[in-house]
Amino acid sequence: MKNYTMFLGCNIPARVSQYADAAMAVLRKLGVEPVNIRSFYFPMIAPYYSQHVSADNLDTGDFNCCGYPMRNTDELAFLVSATKNLAVAERAGTDILVLCKCCYGSLKKAEYMLQEDNALKKDINGRLKGAGLKYEGNVQIRHLLSVLYHEIGVSALKKKVSSKFKKLNIATHYGCHALRPSNITQFDNPVAPTLFDELVTVTGASSVDWNTRLECCGAPQMGINDKLSMDLTRKKLADAAQSGADYLCTACPYCHIQFDTVQQQMAASDPDMQPVASILYPQLLGLCLGISEKALGIHLNHLDITGVKSFLS
Amino acid sequence: MVFNVLLNASLIIFAAGLTYKVATWFYYRVGITAEDTSIVGRIIAVSRHVLGIVLSERILILFKAFLLDVLLQVRILKQDKLRWLMHMLIFWGFMLLLLMHALDDIVSRKLFSGYYSTVNPYFFLRDFFGVMVLAGVGIALYRRFILKVPRLKTNAMDKYAIIILAVIMLSGLLLEGLRITSHSEFMYMVNDYAGMGDEQEILALESYWVEKYGLASPNVRPPFDSATLDAGRSAHEMNCMDCHAPAQWAFASFAVAGFLKPVAVILDKIKGTDFLWYVHIIACFFGLAYLPFSKMLHIFTTPISLMARAISEDDEGTSAPDAAIASTRQAMELDACTHCGTCSLHCSAMMAYEVKGNEYILPSEKMMVLKRVASGKEPDAAEMQAVIEGIYLCTNCDRCTVVCPSGINLKDLWINVREDLVRRGGAEPLILSQFSFVRGLNRHKFDGQAYAEPVERVRKVVAGHFESLNNPENPIALNDTETTPESVDPTFAYCFSCQNCSTVCPVVGNYEDPQESVGLLPHQIMCCLGLGMVEMAKGASMVYDCVTCYQCQEHCPQKVKVADLLYQLRNLAAKDANAA
Repeated sequence: MKNYTMFLGCNIPARVSQYADAAMAVLRKLGVEPVNIRSFYFPMIAPYYSQHVSADNLDTGDFNCCGYPMRNTDELAFLVSATKNLAVAERAGTDILVLCKCCYGSLKKAEYMLQEDNALKKDINGRLKGAGLKYEGNVQIRHLLSVLYHEIGVSALKKKVSSKFKKLNIATHYGCHALRPSNITQFDNPVAPTLFDELVTVTGASSVDWNTRLECCGAPQMGINDKLSMDLTRKKLADAAQSGADYLCTACPYCHIQFDTVQQQMAASDPDMQPVASILYPQLLGLCLGISEKALGIHLNHLDITGVKSFLS
Repeated sequence: MVFNVLLNASLIIFAAGLTYKVATWFYYRVGITAEDTSIVGRIIAVSRHVLGIVLSERILILFKAFLLDVLLQVRILKQDKLRWLMHMLIFWGFMLLLLMHALDDIVSRKLFSGYYSTVNPYFFLRDFFGVMVLAGVGIALYRRFILKVPRLKTNAMDKYAIIILAVIMLSGLLLEGLRITSHSEFMYMVNDYAGMGDEQEILALESYWVEKYGLASPNVRPPFDSATLDAGRSAHEMNCMDCHAPAQWAFASFAVAGFLKPVAVILDKIKGTDFLWYVHIIACFFGLAYLPFSKMLHIFTTPISLMARAISEDDEGTSAPDAAIASTRQAMELDACTHCGTCSLHCSAMMAYEVKGNEYILPSEKMMVLKRVASGKEPDAAEMQAVIEGIYLCTNCDRCTVVCPSGINLKDLWINVREDLVRRGGAEPLILSQFSFVRGLNRHKFDGQAYAEPVERVRKVVAGHFESLNNPENPIALNDTETTPESVDPTFAYCFSCQNCSTVCPVVGNYEDPQESVGLLPHQIMCCLGLGMVEMAKGASMVYDCVTCYQCQEHCPQKVKVADLLYQLRNLAAKDANAA
């Protein structure tokens, strides 16, 4: 297996740090140690620039925004931002392990665009020159779920699981930007994906079938058209509840914030709402690997998910 | 006399300036948090808050922050060892010079009974501390002008800080060097302290000092015979040695003296020491008087900010921040920013700055303009637009807050100021992007109408130019003068209006009457593009209501890049809005 550098993006360190903690704990338990990227601004005095913004070997110092929010207004800013990250990883000789599906989609899109268009690649590389960087295309972008599924594998995961959930119904929320556009993201079958469901089944939980599982969580419109954003969220939550799901399972900070923070806000103003809390996949898997609740940041979710333990056998 | 007048004048200006600055922390209104606060309310709230901490065991938090963050500057060390070294050299060198040398009457003489500036260790230490500061200034120059740390901007205030420190230290060093060589200084010391009457003996002493301690004499010239030197030595031992360490101990000044030697006699004749003394004390007094208005104010504000940070971190999650305290803290933090550029080095949006060149994307430059805005100096409309773009083009990753060596809570400041600025007017297209996500998450903290208004305003500017569609009586006039911009992907031409895209779109599916809500459905937008009507396509609400889920594109049998095209239309609209 090639070395991975963790790409946290902006939301996770600021608002969903438990996702990074849980993912790190799970990966270590499975024998994957993400590499720490050092700064390359000044090779001569690199040691002076080895910032560690977040704790525990997760270095976000040299990566920057994946470009996702820039894409709406300025494609060039998006491309330069995304490619800079790819170039940083390439220079360190590692692949990128992404936790956020919007970051994943964004980086994959940039990779694809540069692959398709040599002139564009040249232009973007020209803009990275100042930072002493160049992107050739020799870096794999992988989402956490893909690494767990393809690199470690379901059967290996099954062997590592020390306790299993019983009678726990999970609604898997795939996340748009990993699934689509499928020719670019290459995550799973965009119409009938199974990767996430299989990963959930590893924990002993059943993955319920629900109609809107491949639909948008609503987060991209939060702050733009809040009503639309929450309409979409509400619809999904109702559907998940109807399908008998005890929890939603997510692997993206945007989706998670929408089903956790925003759902909590929605429930506060709507007493009839029956919340279906969101658990991040590494939290779910981590509990089965015998990792402590504290290390998985279970208490950091806004909606209470501590009840999930009662399903553990 | 001159000394005292200058000292008192600069002290008065300094004290008045400092009082004024502290007053502005209670008076300046930063962002919307400050809207409903009063000066008196802020003074009371802050006094209570501070007293509550000082009179409780939480004072230990302050002590700890003072020790680690202020005296040892651990937050800088975590960032960058070279910079830490630079700042420690300047900070400690300067502070110790201030206490031991500048305030010797008040501090050194009181603390150390044997204090004389001419005896060791003080004689040596004064030079040592001065060299520390100069070394620090040297590293600062190296970092700013040779190393060129990315996105580290140097403004007039940064240059001033470096220059004033350099002038004070260099003038002190030159003055001391010249004094070592100075014959008049030598004679003054002999007359005042030695009480020697014998001309021959004085000449012998003079020869000895020329030989040994770098004195430049107009009377005697080496080589000296050993008898003279012996006589000089015994005069030295009897009259000087007890109260004067060998000049070599002032190692830096002694080196300067060596350089000055060829011209030392002339310099002494034209009263060079007096001149340098004036330069030195005027620089010191100017620095003192101007301190409250310069970057050097951070000597006071940054420690306050660091201690406030330690307290607020302790508070986190237990108590909601009070608007009066938060507003005062934010006004103070504007003065605590040293423009060191750490935030901008790490800023997640850095590449947007590199592409767009708008400096206000960088946190460190935002601080500079916010300082101006807080003091009532509003930028003009064009600059304001850049400021709003800069402050909105923030991913809210909070890295700036994590790394700030001054402990400034930048993340709260951005949210607060952003809210204020977008409500003031303009139509920043970034509001219609995911940069609004965190604003949306915080919407419950704001008044509903005031929160929604900026979004509606920008939507009106970019969307809604499709009146002809709403009136079925009016046929749509085909516009053959419009050309499709090159940046628009040509795949729209493959559309044969099967409406798959509109059928799978969750936004369309959300509405009873989608056309009324979103203006044009995705397939209609493709149609518009097919007819060359880019303006109309851009005007559809759908373009901005898009959740970018790519269902449309995934399900298009014709491989039309529907979602990508919507992105491109948003890009075009943003360009138009910026141009307007």
